Amino acid sequence: MIHLTINGNPRQFEVESLTVGELVERLGLTGKRLAIERNGEIVPRGAFAEAVLNSHDKLEIVGAVGGG
Amino acid sequence: MDTLNIAGKSYHSRLLVGTGKYKDFAQTRAAIDASGAEIITVAIRRTNIGQNAGEPSLLEFLPPEEFTYLPNTAGCYSADDAVRTLRLARELLDGHKLVKLEVLGDPNTLYPNMLETIKAAETLVKDGFDVMVYCSDDPIIAKQLEELGCAAVMPLASLIGSGMGILNPWNLQIIIDNANIPVLVDAGVGTASDAAIAMELGCQGVLMNTAIAAARDPVLMAAAMKKAVEAGREAYLAGRMPKKLYSASPSSPTSGLIA
Repeated sequence: MIHLTINGNPRQFEVESLTVGELVERLGLTGKRLAIERNGEIVPRGAFAEAVLNSHDKLEIVGAVGGG
Repeated sequence: MDTLNIAGKSYHSRLLVGTGKYKDFAQTRAAIDASGAEIITVAIRRTNIGQNAGEPSLLEFLPPEEFTYLPNTAGCYSADDAVRTLRLARELLDGHKLVKLEVLGDPNTLYPNMLETIKAAETLVKDGFDVMVYCSDDPIIAKQLEELGCAAVMPLASLIGSGMGILNPWNLQIIIDNANIPVLVDAGVGTASDAAIAMELGCQGVLMNTAIAAARDPVLMAAAMKKAVEAGREAYLAGRMPKKLYSASPSSPTSGLIA
């Protein structure tokens, strides 16, 4: 079981290991333009497949919205 | 060709617009088309997880290939949050370097915290960003932002979203006169004449959102703003006649009048 905090909310995943790429897929965000920060560090899009998540990682997943 | 030049790129439009507060994305797109803006601001926010996965996104209506995106740090109250936000924006927009920095100091007035803004600007400039910076209309601060390497300074005309127009044209004039980088008015414009006045003062451009989005007819107001910015720019370039308070000068011949 992997415990993560995603955009401020706790989430559990019943798996042994999880990469950022797999997480994006599980969240239904595949193909969306987004940027991800893990524990304060940017995870480049090109590194999603290799970036292995650890329990208690804090993730921010952001996109562009209307603003001034 | 009279162009707006920022961080090595030329733009035909001197009107920069925000993408917030519209009824829907279709109206956002229509207003931006009517404004003629080439640079559009966007905010960076947490993605909705697990809800409305198929929901259309802003980027589908305003493709980044068609516009120059200007990601902002709206809602940030510290240098650290602003820098984090723009690093995420750079990743989101494939290495895009042009950004709008704003660090707020108070939720009621949205007045900028210039100490934190300067701290963030220093970090961002060192990190290779082209920083367009929302700032107070203090001429000394504006100069300091230029000296530390910002791409443009963007003093407020009045409070964000207030529509109060240009409250201190004298400070803006000092900032413009002293600047070697573009000065754009950002925030406070309420209607077309405000934008024209900013341009007549010699601003290189105007950035607005609420003045268009909160108009009764946003698309029509966007068209009005386009004309106002163009008219103000042309008037500035043309050089206005001097004001003569006590010496009237008739436009018609003074001779040949019937007796």
